[in-house]
Amino acid sequence: MNTVEKISQEQATQDRHPKFVIGDTIRVHYKIKEGGKERVQVYAGTVIARKGGGVMESITVRRVSYGEGVERIFPLNSPNIDKIEIERHGKVRRAKLYYLRDLAGKKARIKERRV
Amino acid sequence: MKGLIGKKLGMTSVYDENGVAVPVTVIEAGPCVVTQLKDADKDGYKAVQLGFGDQKEQRMTKPALGHLKKAGAAAKSVLREFRVEETEVNLGDVVDASAFAEVNYVDIVATGKGRGFQGVVKRYDFGGGRASHGGGWVRRTGSIGMCEFPGRVFKGKKMPGQMGDKRVTTQNLKIVQVRPEENLILIKGSVPGAKGGIVTIKEALKKK
Repeated sequence: MNTVEKISQEQATQDRHPKFVIGDTIRVHYKIKEGGKERVQVYAGTVIARKGGGVMESITVRRVSYGEGVERIFPLNSPNIDKIEIERHGKVRRAKLYYLRDLAGKKARIKERRV
Repeated sequence: MKGLIGKKLGMTSVYDENGVAVPVTVIEAGPCVVTQLKDADKDGYKAVQLGFGDQKEQRMTKPALGHLKKAGAAAKSVLREFRVEETEVNLGDVVDASAFAEVNYVDIVATGKGRGFQGVVKRYDFGGGRASHGGGWVRRTGSIGMCEFPGRVFKGKKMPGQMGDKRVTTQNLKIVQVRPEENLILIKGSVPGAKGGIVTIKEALKKK
């Protein structure tokens, strides 16, 4: 391992989160600083992409909120992620679920995977 | 004036105390040996010469080895000079990354990446012509001057040619971390040159 990878790896703290895969529905507890105070916001949705490696690994979480599709990108190793919970395991055939953006309602469902 | 020679290793990110990801360039800085002290009487100016990077003795010329021998240093691949007014280092001293422990901002000098022979659009950000509506004049230089008067092209006219592979200085780069035990300095943002390139690190001239 070269030095740059080593520095990247020693910052990677994502092992503290449970293992989830693309298609799973997760709840991300994200710390938000507001006027000196810190509170935790929960964002729930489907993991549609996982990108990058080492310290810069990130996930894209999609949800439909009041009929409007919302996607948020979280850096997985950010200390601002309080915790991640898995709500539901999904069964999908692709590594990137960008096709969900074009689907709505019943068509945008993901099959459940039994674990 | 603090200075060091190093090698650019590559880029990654670190999280700061607020949880913000900071892009950093990792530089293997030093250890460097003081190979020569230049003084005003003998050389006309004051400077400290540092040596960096181990080298096989057979790859060095005898005069170069003899020069290093005066400082009691082993074979080094790179020598660089740093102009100083005052200095506390002596011949043969070893300088390492800990010299930058108290420094906030640095200037970095390196040879930038070579881009080869480039046209004016890439080299000087010329606008070029229109791609559509009959175009036909897309990435060209255009007029390079006037008429019978002045009857010549002005010196320094921006034209196609070699781009990059030149000495580049980037000023006021912030030091994010110094790790003396690993000889590493982490600097915010990018640094000129390719991975594995030799960089010169100096204390920032304009920012403390």
